[in-house]
Amino acid sequence: MNITQFDFAVIGAGVSGSWIAYELSKYTAKTCLIEKENDVAMGATKANSAIIHAGYDPVPGTLMAKLNVRGNELVRALHKKMDIPFRQIGSFVIALTDEDEIKIRELYERGLKNGVEGLRILTKEETLSLEPNLSPEVRGALFAETAGVCSSFEMSCAPAEVAENNGVELIRNFSVTGISRDGEYSVLVSSDGRKISARTVINAAGVHADEIAALFGDTSFKMTARRGEYSILDNSCGNLVHHVIFQPPVKYGKGILVSQTVDGNIIVGPTAENIDDKEDKATTTEGQKTAFDGARRSVPSVSERDVITSFSGIRPIGGKGDFIIGFSDADKNLFNVAGIESPGLTAGPAIGEYVVEKIAENGFVFNKNPDFDNTRKVIRFKDLSDDDKNAIIAENPLYGRVICRCETVTEGEIADSINRGAGARDMDGVKRRVRAGMGRCQGGFCGPKVMEILARELKIPMSEVTKFGGCSRMTEKEEI
Amino acid sequence: MKMNVDVAVIGGGPAGLAAAIECRKNGVENILVIERDRQLGGILNQCIHPGFGLHVFGEELTGPEYAQRYINMLSETDVKTLTDTMVLSLSPDRVIRAVNTTLGVVEIHAKAVILAMGCRERTRGMLRIPGTRPSGIYTAGTAQRLVNIEGLMPGKNTVILGSGDIGLIMARRMTLEGAKVSGVYEIMPKSGGLKRNIVQCLNDFGIPLHLSRTAVEIHGRERIEGITVASVDENLAPIKGTEEYVECDTLLLSVGLIPENELSRGAGILIDPKTKGPVCETGFETSVPGIFACGNVFKVYDLVDNVTKDSVLAGKSAAEYVKNKTA
Amino acid sequence: MQTTKVTCVICPVGCTIEVDHEKIDGKETVIEVRNNKCPRGYKYASAEVINPERVLTSTVRLVGGSAARLSVKSERPVPKTSLFDCMKEIRKTSVASPVKMGDVIIENVAGTGVNIVATHNG
Repeated sequence: MNITQFDFAVIGAGVSGSWIAYELSKYTAKTCLIEKENDVAMGATKANSAIIHAGYDPVPGTLMAKLNVRGNELVRALHKKMDIPFRQIGSFVIALTDEDEIKIRELYERGLKNGVEGLRILTKEETLSLEPNLSPEVRGALFAETAGVCSSFEMSCAPAEVAENNGVELIRNFSVTGISRDGEYSVLVSSDGRKISARTVINAAGVHADEIAALFGDTSFKMTARRGEYSILDNSCGNLVHHVIFQPPVKYGKGILVSQTVDGNIIVGPTAENIDDKEDKATTTEGQKTAFDGARRSVPSVSERDVITSFSGIRPIGGKGDFIIGFSDADKNLFNVAGIESPGLTAGPAIGEYVVEKIAENGFVFNKNPDFDNTRKVIRFKDLSDDDKNAIIAENPLYGRVICRCETVTEGEIADSINRGAGARDMDGVKRRVRAGMGRCQGGFCGPKVMEILARELKIPMSEVTKFGGCSRMTEKEEI
Repeated sequence: MKMNVDVAVIGGGPAGLAAAIECRKNGVENILVIERDRQLGGILNQCIHPGFGLHVFGEELTGPEYAQRYINMLSETDVKTLTDTMVLSLSPDRVIRAVNTTLGVVEIHAKAVILAMGCRERTRGMLRIPGTRPSGIYTAGTAQRLVNIEGLMPGKNTVILGSGDIGLIMARRMTLEGAKVSGVYEIMPKSGGLKRNIVQCLNDFGIPLHLSRTAVEIHGRERIEGITVASVDENLAPIKGTEEYVECDTLLLSVGLIPENELSRGAGILIDPKTKGPVCETGFETSVPGIFACGNVFKVYDLVDNVTKDSVLAGKSAAEYVKNKTA
Repeated sequence: MQTTKVTCVICPVGCTIEVDHEKIDGKETVIEVRNNKCPRGYKYASAEVINPERVLTSTVRLVGGSAARLSVKSERPVPKTSLFDCMKEIRKTSVASPVKMGDVIIENVAGTGVNIVATHNG
């Protein structure tokens, strides 16, 4: 059997893996991006707060601090060119107690040390005038102007797409279960027996990074899964707050936030609960209550009544207090990118840069890919002017057919989300990319139509469409 | 592109069709019906079961037949239709922006507007049932579309949550197509569905209806594998110790309908927090002059015959309004 | 004599109708029907104790039409006991477009003497 040989195999197409693949696609090195699921952004990347953090949280001098601040810069610099939904709405860490006031002062100092620009301590009056729905008990807030909200999916889809367009091979449904050695190459074996080989394996397997490392004999870290529950509120409540509203950080994370999402809904969460089963993304009654009780401390009027959906995300906790990024001591063919907990989403683009820098320092000679192009354009029909709408419909009439009425998503956009690089392969993939099914009817109306479009574009029967790959089929196989 | 019409009807289901026909009968000449689907008839097209039309036509019809009668009546008039067309916005001065594949964005200036957009189903997200998020969970109406229009079965072993009429109808439909429907769970002490549907959709097929019992957790990672159900107390809170695991590969939700009033809100129309439909004075006129509402967008009806009756009145009022304006 | 309570399914009112019936010469016979609000109810309740019947609706595969399925119904109610036999035949059936509402799709479905007709143009 012929096994394709790569210079680099990146395991895990989440935000870290996608940005690493993106960065590698700037060079002629032969790279593949391996994902165990049917789509990119299926782990921690798809279910988090989607905040681009300013960088005042991490301890000065850590990799976390450095990559957070750099990541924030890169997101602000790249989001337009790569068409990643991002709004720099700024964040507040609010103080409700004496202790909180000390804490936000500390965060301010930390931020200055980390090189964060645009930090300010606001008085009670300033805080309430900017955010009138905050608790009247608020004493003031740390304001960070460079913070914002993004589409966490697109923070992975966009670099994965650019990487694919620039020569990286995206390999889906490849769950690495074994390795063997073939000279300088490591041969990765998937659960269904497929094999690929690579000179350097970059382990960005999220919460499963310790299992991948263990295959290489590296047991230097252990991943813990920390579950966080969230709820999304209807966009009719979108003006409840205008910035990201944090409470001061607690032991297990940044606490419960209330924020606008990039799409104008409100997000509430997360809780923080260490769990044994790394894939247990269930929501719980207690978790939802904790999230709302916490959120009401900041914004008393936030209400469960406006929830349109709830979900859980798994944060990969490395236990070292910092990102674990570097060549493995156990096997020089392995490069670990693990423990990418918050602010991992923000740090993503900077992680990509940093990984390539470290690999180059180790002696790998990178040659520039002369054709590299990171321009990416996504049509978002809803946001176009009427003239632009007409122009695009004249070009492709499918942009004139609205499929998802809650979010005004057209057939053209859905087809595009399937056909573009690192495109959607299933219902959730379409939903994450274009928001069809993400609104108040949660796919009740557009679901069957999206199934039809997926079937047509992927040239499969409608009955083979899945919600998110694997056994998540939508219907029975046979027609009635 | 710009259009001027006397009356624009948003939605070509039973409400919109009856209102448009009535407007025409009352002398309005330039009427436009805008429908998002490729055919008129609305949700009736997927309601293939009988039980429609006894009051209006004195005979028992299926949904598609009932719809076809109105489509035929409409086609005998000069009322214009735009199908496969989605309304994007409605302004308080009755300017509609709509879009389709051939005309692009169309601006429609109407002397009067009749809202007839229907309703949507309450979802799992709104119920906030804890647990996993696998495939195989559908609202009853979505399942109805899959089965009756696409010819695809959502699954083989179904549990139905909520005893709304569409859920009951789907219990029978799935059973007839060979699926097992192991039970219907209703959180309230009595069913929200019509008595006749309990008899002919559940009792006829020996499907149990469990009252004061509801789903408290969803299980299954990829495809749904089961739900935990529990009895509830008078405050509808689950009672500890009454939990039971019910295996299923499909969960259908029939837990209520909500008038679809996003466009109405955009036009500044007052919404009744109870019915979730527009507050209407006499003649189905909303709080914005010249904008009328009928059918499930106004309030959720049990019966299409009643939708038709009220929509006729709305059509009459709109015609009156246009006449007074032009006079 | 026996009295059976029947919930009428003809219209949404859902009357609870009482039917007195008795086996006369080995044949179930209706003696009296009470609490029905209309003649349809009388007819339904009587049939319900002697030989319950239902209108059956379903879909058949449509070939060459704009939709995948064509909705159909039994022209008249069929015996409740033959519903699944009728479904077997319906599931095997496929029709070619064009079809008009009211066209007979299956004659004498499952030997019931009742036709299956289209309820939609396809």
